[in-house]
Amino acid sequence: MKNTALTQTHESLGAKMVPFAGYNMPVQYEGINIEHETVRNAVGVFDVSHMGEFLIEGEYALELIQKVSSNDASKLTIGKAQYSCLPNDDGGIVDDLIIYKIKEETYLLVVNASNIEKDWNWIQSKNNIGANMRDLSEDYSLLAIQGPKSIEAMQSLTSHDLSAIKFYNFIVGDFAGIEHVIISATGYTGSGGFEIYCKNNEVKQIWDKVLDAGASFGIKPVGLAARDTLRLEMGYCLYGNDIDDTTSPIEAGLGWVTKFNKDFTNYKALKAEKEHGTNRKLIAFELDERGIPRQGYDIVDSSGKKIGIVTSGTMSPSLGKGIGLGYVPTVFSDVNSKIQIQIRKKAVPATIVKLPFYKG
Amino acid sequence: MNIPSELKYTKDHEWIKVDGDVATIGITDFAQSELGDIVYVEVETVDETLEAEEIFGTVEAVKTVSDLFLPLSGEIIEFNEALEDEPEKVNTDPYGAGWMIKLKCSDLSQVDGLMSADDYKTLIGA
Repeated sequence: MKNTALTQTHESLGAKMVPFAGYNMPVQYEGINIEHETVRNAVGVFDVSHMGEFLIEGEYALELIQKVSSNDASKLTIGKAQYSCLPNDDGGIVDDLIIYKIKEETYLLVVNASNIEKDWNWIQSKNNIGANMRDLSEDYSLLAIQGPKSIEAMQSLTSHDLSAIKFYNFIVGDFAGIEHVIISATGYTGSGGFEIYCKNNEVKQIWDKVLDAGASFGIKPVGLAARDTLRLEMGYCLYGNDIDDTTSPIEAGLGWVTKFNKDFTNYKALKAEKEHGTNRKLIAFELDERGIPRQGYDIVDSSGKKIGIVTSGTMSPSLGKGIGLGYVPTVFSDVNSKIQIQIRKKAVPATIVKLPFYKG
Repeated sequence: MNIPSELKYTKDHEWIKVDGDVATIGITDFAQSELGDIVYVEVETVDETLEAEEIFGTVEAVKTVSDLFLPLSGEIIEFNEALEDEPEKVNTDPYGAGWMIKLKCSDLSQVDGLMSADDYKTLIGA
């Protein structure tokens, strides 16, 4: 089991620690609902240093990225980030990731912790063109500072104007007394804020100063449990739940990061899917009655026949009802249509809705 | 971890307070803290007579769901209906306002098979 540079800090804060993707991670500190609300209404800080970071450099860096990723990285200028997918050759997804253009011929790829080795080997296997690759995952830490008060609460920590960093843009600058930190206006919560990339030996100072600066804004440390309810209220896919090696980006609703103006892994098959439609789709649903859908529960039609499976589900702390994502045949996937979720012995009626669940 | 010495316990992390032939039953402080924020307590077995170890309800937390096992045989005579509106009482006051059911015991000798506070403390390593 690996630790992040902040594991002891979390333990001394009284966090409940759980193994996650090979790391000993804080799942909650005070309670999932209060942590969730803190991010929705004020500001919270997450240690997500388990995430993987690869640097791809050199003359062929863009060519390699274009080949392995579904989105069009040629659109990136320095200081911009892009959400993307790594399609596999069989119609599925190796991982989803964020690609940052740091400078000319230098890109940072941020991948899921559970997939670091798989992604590295995958990209390496496609790198017959000589791009330089470096795995920085063990050297870098990542904090997510999320919530509507993030800018106001963190402004005193940097000489840069935080309000000037647009969504999915970033700067490299000073933060909490450390130079050359990536301050990125990204996140996985839907409540705005920043992600801060720094070296492991810098993260404790940044964490402490973030908590100090945020104190008068009600900042709290937030665990992975609330990270999951926050992302699910936005309908953001979680790799391993909603997308995996067997789900296509098109059926998962990630057509918007699948650009067919360039060639990439499994381009032809995915283009055909986009043009002709897929047999199944990832849908979002809300329960009409009380109950909590959970991963692995069956989705059934009005007669009780199984038509699909829940890939993510929770009680939405913001909406106060059960919400979830799951795959169903495309014929059942229209917004506003009725399905049922089999919760133990009961089939609970649910309605297919548009994302996000949480509209702010 | 709060483990009142006057109560009885089970390995399923329930507490039992026996008064005459009526047992009041809830889940322990340890159980509520492991479950996290509790959203529903579902008991649809009121007026039913069940055997010990049978499932009498479920407790749903944000992150997980857990069955509730009856520690003693008998008839479920009352559900704490305050939990319908305020299930969080199980988190905030598991041995008090967070009680779940009252059971009319059919075999009081089963009480001897329950765990003491000390045994329970050992079980959870407290």
